[in-house]
Amino acid sequence: MSVFRYVTVIVLALSLIGLRPGGASAQEETDMIAPETEAIMARPSTGGAQTLEDILARQRGEEVDDRFRRIVTGDADSAASIAAQLGTLGGASDPDLWRAMRYGSANITATTSGPAATVLMQDGGMWWLEFREGPLQKYGAYLLGGTVALLALFFLLKGRIRIDGEKTGRKIERFNAIERFGHWLLAGSFLVLGATGLISLFGRTYLIPVFGHEAFSDLAILSKWVHNNVSWAFMLGLVMVFVMWVFHNLPDRTDVNWLLKGGGLLIKGHPPARKFNAGQKLIFWSVIVLGASIAVSGLSLLFPFELPMFAVTFEKLNAIGLPQAVGLGTLPEMMTPHEEMQYAQLWHSIVSFVLIAVIFAHIYIGSVGMEGAFDAMGNGEVELQWAHEHHSLWVEELEAKNADALKSATPAE
Amino acid sequence: MKAALTAFVAIALIAFGANLVLQNLGFSAEDVASGPSVRLGD
Repeated sequence: MSVFRYVTVIVLALSLIGLRPGGASAQEETDMIAPETEAIMARPSTGGAQTLEDILARQRGEEVDDRFRRIVTGDADSAASIAAQLGTLGGASDPDLWRAMRYGSANITATTSGPAATVLMQDGGMWWLEFREGPLQKYGAYLLGGTVALLALFFLLKGRIRIDGEKTGRKIERFNAIERFGHWLLAGSFLVLGATGLISLFGRTYLIPVFGHEAFSDLAILSKWVHNNVSWAFMLGLVMVFVMWVFHNLPDRTDVNWLLKGGGLLIKGHPPARKFNAGQKLIFWSVIVLGASIAVSGLSLLFPFELPMFAVTFEKLNAIGLPQAVGLGTLPEMMTPHEEMQYAQLWHSIVSFVLIAVIFAHIYIGSVGMEGAFDAMGNGEVELQWAHEHHSLWVEELEAKNADALKSATPAE
Repeated sequence: MKAALTAFVAIALIAFGANLVLQNLGFSAEDVASGPSVRLGD
């Protein structure tokens, strides 16, 4: 055979290979690689299984690209016939089925309803558990303990803020019965919710070692019942307080002056204020904004999986670039129903810690911290001199409007 | 302190009322997350 014939045969063979009908391009060939093959290519040393390095990296909390495992969930097209050995598995081995469940791609039908019923495994829980038992408890306790310590220090240094002038013996109505009812509805429920919330968060770590599992179980069940059901009173109180006092808490020019003078702490005398001074307005808006956030995340927890709100919020935050700007990277926009609940729980706790700290300060100044302040929410009537000192503009407005608002001294209840 | 005491009583009433209403409307965890084919409790 001549060299020419050899060359002809080779060229023809190459042409046939290149021109075969339906021949795939290089890209398509890559796409057609079976998942198992792709996994083997990704982890040749283990034949497609995860390596020790993968496991260690995951245990160190590092991001591991697990696509090579995620996609290996069986191949129905290459399944043995139903009558053949292993045919009933439908082309997926047991590990393939477990992987599909593990990564949420299995086609699952559940007898129970609800969005979470078909998520049999979710791996987003460990960081939440660790965060909840670690930094959340630690820094939450620091915040509350630190606030109490600061208030105690303030009390030791400054003592009780007394009424400077001579008491007149006359009272002026500061809050009517409805206002006080709304305040105490909010305040009472908040204290109960705060206490039961702290039991739920810290109980496993600190109360079980003291009371034992059985006793804590009863306490935890009771706490949960109380926390869930008292929440409605809190929400009602929040709405009442907002409606009753929002007008009086709109910022105005007097607030700047009040803040510049540190509410009277940085100067001698008292900066003028209307019904609410700037400090009270800060408390009011903290209660409204943080309270609303706690209520919304609480509703999400009260009706599990029905009110997911974090994935959509993260999507919007990512779009404006805020998390990236503060170094948090891109926040997850796809999450399992359980992860939504985990974020809701953390947010609920973090915001609650902040509001509890704010309320500690509010309780302090409204009770031991200032003479005459508690009367405003106690029986609703305050000493006229106190009102002149702390809310001079309000008293002037009131006096101008209705001279009858002042009445004779009545003994405190 | 009458307003405060009334509010505290209201908190308790709202809590029991809310629980009663939500249970009757089928919002208990058993009703929401379970089905007739699931036996809970004893």
